[in-house]
Amino acid sequence: MRFNSPSNPSPKSDIPQGTLDLLILQVTALGPIHGYAIAQRLQQVSKDVLQVQQGSLYPALHRLENRGYLAAEWKESETGREAKFYRLTAKGRTQLKNETANWSRLAEAVGLVLQLGEGGAM
Amino acid sequence: MNWWLRLIRRRELERKLDAELRFHFERQVADNIRDGMSEAEARRSARLKFGGLEEVKEDCREARGTLWAESTLQDLRLALRGLRRSPGFTLTALCTLALGIGANTAIFTLIDAFLLRTLPVHDPQSIEQIHINGGAHFGISGNENQLSYAVWDQIRRHQQGFSGVFAWGEGETHIGTGATERQAHGLWVSGPMFSTLGIAPVRGHFFTLADDRPGCGIPGAVLSYSFWQSEFGGRDSAVGTTILIHDHPTQIIGVTPPRFSGLVADHRFDIAVPLCSMTSYSPSAEALRRSDISFLTVMGRLKPGWTLAQAASQLASISPAIFEATVPTGYDASSHTHYKKSRLSAYPAASGVSTMSQSDKASLWLLLAITGLVLLIACANLANLMLVRATTREREMAVRAAIGASRFRLIRQLFTEGLVIAIAGALLGLSAANVFAKGILLLVTTADYTPYLDLSPDWRILGFTAAVAVLTCLIFGLVPAFRGSQTDPGDALKAGTRGMTGGRQRASLQNTLVVSQIAISLVLLIGAALFVQSFWNLITLNPGFREKGIILASVDFSHVAMPRERTMPFLHSLLEQIRSIPQVESAATTTHTPLDGSSWTLGVRAGPVNSSSKFTWVSPDYFRTMGTPMLGGRDFTAHDTATSAPVAIVNQTFVREILKGADPIGQTVLTRAEPNYPATLYEIVGVVGDSKYAGLRETIPPQAFAPALQSNAGAAGPGGKVFVRSSAKPESVISAVRRKLSEVSPNIRSSYDIFESDVHNGLIIERLMAILSGFFGALAAVLAAIGLYGVTSYAVAARTNEIGIRLALGATPRGVTRSIVRRASYVVFLGAGLGVVLAIAAARYASSLLFGLRYNDPITFLAASAFLLIVACVASWAPAHRASRLDPMTALRYE
Repeated sequence: MRFNSPSNPSPKSDIPQGTLDLLILQVTALGPIHGYAIAQRLQQVSKDVLQVQQGSLYPALHRLENRGYLAAEWKESETGREAKFYRLTAKGRTQLKNETANWSRLAEAVGLVLQLGEGGAM
Repeated sequence: MNWWLRLIRRRELERKLDAELRFHFERQVADNIRDGMSEAEARRSARLKFGGLEEVKEDCREARGTLWAESTLQDLRLALRGLRRSPGFTLTALCTLALGIGANTAIFTLIDAFLLRTLPVHDPQSIEQIHINGGAHFGISGNENQLSYAVWDQIRRHQQGFSGVFAWGEGETHIGTGATERQAHGLWVSGPMFSTLGIAPVRGHFFTLADDRPGCGIPGAVLSYSFWQSEFGGRDSAVGTTILIHDHPTQIIGVTPPRFSGLVADHRFDIAVPLCSMTSYSPSAEALRRSDISFLTVMGRLKPGWTLAQAASQLASISPAIFEATVPTGYDASSHTHYKKSRLSAYPAASGVSTMSQSDKASLWLLLAITGLVLLIACANLANLMLVRATTREREMAVRAAIGASRFRLIRQLFTEGLVIAIAGALLGLSAANVFAKGILLLVTTADYTPYLDLSPDWRILGFTAAVAVLTCLIFGLVPAFRGSQTDPGDALKAGTRGMTGGRQRASLQNTLVVSQIAISLVLLIGAALFVQSFWNLITLNPGFREKGIILASVDFSHVAMPRERTMPFLHSLLEQIRSIPQVESAATTTHTPLDGSSWTLGVRAGPVNSSSKFTWVSPDYFRTMGTPMLGGRDFTAHDTATSAPVAIVNQTFVREILKGADPIGQTVLTRAEPNYPATLYEIVGVVGDSKYAGLRETIPPQAFAPALQSNAGAAGPGGKVFVRSSAKPESVISAVRRKLSEVSPNIRSSYDIFESDVHNGLIIERLMAILSGFFGALAAVLAAIGLYGVTSYAVAARTNEIGIRLALGATPRGVTRSIVRRASYVVFLGAGLGVVLAIAAARYASSLLFGLRYNDPITFLAASAFLLIVACVASWAPAHRASRLDPMTALRYE
């Protein structure tokens, strides 16, 4: 809650926090990558469906780094400038596996419920 | 990275965070330009997509998990900077806290040390005192809760409720001899005292039950820890050595632990010897033989499973037999009946024994109440200070909220600031408490009385007062943060420091605080005025004698060999020697020192009237020496001797109350028999003016005086008191008397007191009350004045624009001043009215401590109120006057 926020609702990400974390872990699983590239990748892969406000990406990255799911190091980027690259740790990999399983179960369950609803309408 | 490593490398982390986010932003801009945007458009679009940079940074810091520590440091820095920037506020707040916390802690520490702290013994809660229900009023006693040796012996044999009982008595003694002789505080103790208390010797051993039998000789002495340290440097070899106590070689057998200094709160013993050895130290040992001499305090440890009430009723049930068996000889039948009616009971004594009178205790508690009120005013003052400071910072808060500070963060920052002040104030309060407590002890210390007290501050009360002050700081310090959440930052910025609604709410809160401050400080001021006036009444009181210029010489010739019947003539020959000294105007012996609290009463019968009177045996010239006027008849002369007819001189109260106003000269008075004082028929030969007897506050009792030479030889010991009047310097008179006495015999011991100082020292508690209540009263007035000044200043500041307009429209400066002072005076009069009502209610409880004026003395009330009103006037007039001098143009532009 902020002093200046009550009048204008936050235009931040439409996806819940846990989901953003899952997506980041998935993207970093493919190899070391910096923040901007992660943002680009998310947008491309989700075909612009997922609206991630780029600002909110960084707190999530720092949080994951803080929890030990990601490790970071400063390397030269493709443009020649120094950038912070994130890499999935072993702990992060386990977390990704668990989260993915959770997500699949949830998606399956939601799917089942939705099907049941269609059946009821027939 | 550990959180503290991150904390240390905060600067580097900040730089990297900035670099990371900037990298993202620049890449976005570059991509946008590549997609065909102009540079300005590219930047705008990137910024929109990214969000607020500072906000994202703050979120990242939060995600890092060390924000709390980082920002605490930041808050601390900010707080210190803020406080440094307003030294006036900081200084006032700190002083207020230090005084409020310090005064309360000091007074409570004193009360705790004097009255509350439990004895440093095993399970102090089961230690009880045994004494006569309602106190003993018979024979000779140190205080009314003491018992005679005979009664103690009976209790020891017949009590059932205690697993152990013991008795002890205090006595002054001397150790060493000749030039190395010095005074020591002695303790007569029954054998099992230390074992019953459950304290262990730090060296050697203690007395046992085996040392507790008549004819035990001199089994040895136990030293207190402090005496062991000062006399023997704490050497182990001290135990086993022999020292001269009261001229008798005594072996040291043990040392008590450091914290144990006896069973009286403010006393400290040096040497303890067994009660049974009294016969060896002083062969007559009258105190052990006579059951009308009560000098022992009897205590015991309750048996497991027994309650205090059970033990008390067991004592009551054996009392008739005990007092039947110990009836003192030499008294008449009615005295015996009175004695046999005494009943023993048991009383809690976990804190030991207190020598303080009820009124002294009441004074101490009253002081605590006074300092409590001071704390209340101090808190009101702090609250006011915090509020005023808060208003000046509302804009700052609004700005900080607008640029992205979270409300939590703002609250925390104010909280930190309050905490910094509070902690610094509490620390100052702690040192102030030490200074206060030591100062108060100095105020009550005299040549004859040094209180031995452990004054380490009491953590409970320090914690309590500090908590009260800290809460005050925090609650009122946080007001702007909470208020900030209600107002839109934009509005707050526009309205500046003068939001109308908020201003009014705050003003009424401030006015309430000032009203209560003024009310409480008036209560304190009235209390102070009452105590100061009461003290003044006492020191300016005419006691019936002139204490100035009198030296009191106590002479002891027990080391000059002579038969007992020679002692009184010998004392008179010494008196003649003293009178022969040129500086001495007059001198006389007496058996009683006025105002020292002691008393000697005999039953008297005059015609049909059965009553009692104080009796004092004096030499001729006593009344001239004291400056007490002879109102009729004659003084004693050299012809009033042991062989002539007994004569007496009485005071006016005696004539009025016992002789019922009849012409006293030639009347006769018969005294009732007491041991050493057989019934005697006195003829009254003179009348003297009334004079105070045991204390200044008492009403004057009937007094009779008889010639010293006519007193029973058996009653007089080898010594006496000589009053010496001289206008010369006391020191020179004392050395002249000392020289004269040593010419008579080098074995005469003498000690000297300046009577006037003794009289003033008797008023020590009254003086303490006058000084402290005066100090706190003045302090309260100052605090209230600061409060009023602050509120008025704030009101003026808030109305600067309005005042400017008024002045521009032609209002006179005087009119402006008047309108501001008028507004302040509502607050003052409301507070003062409330204060007078409270003071009348409160002063009633202090009325027993006052002397020479009633608790609702109208002049005192008027004077104190007038004083406070003047102070209040000045405090509100100063800012009002400043307002009236405003330049209208500046005032209008003021924003």
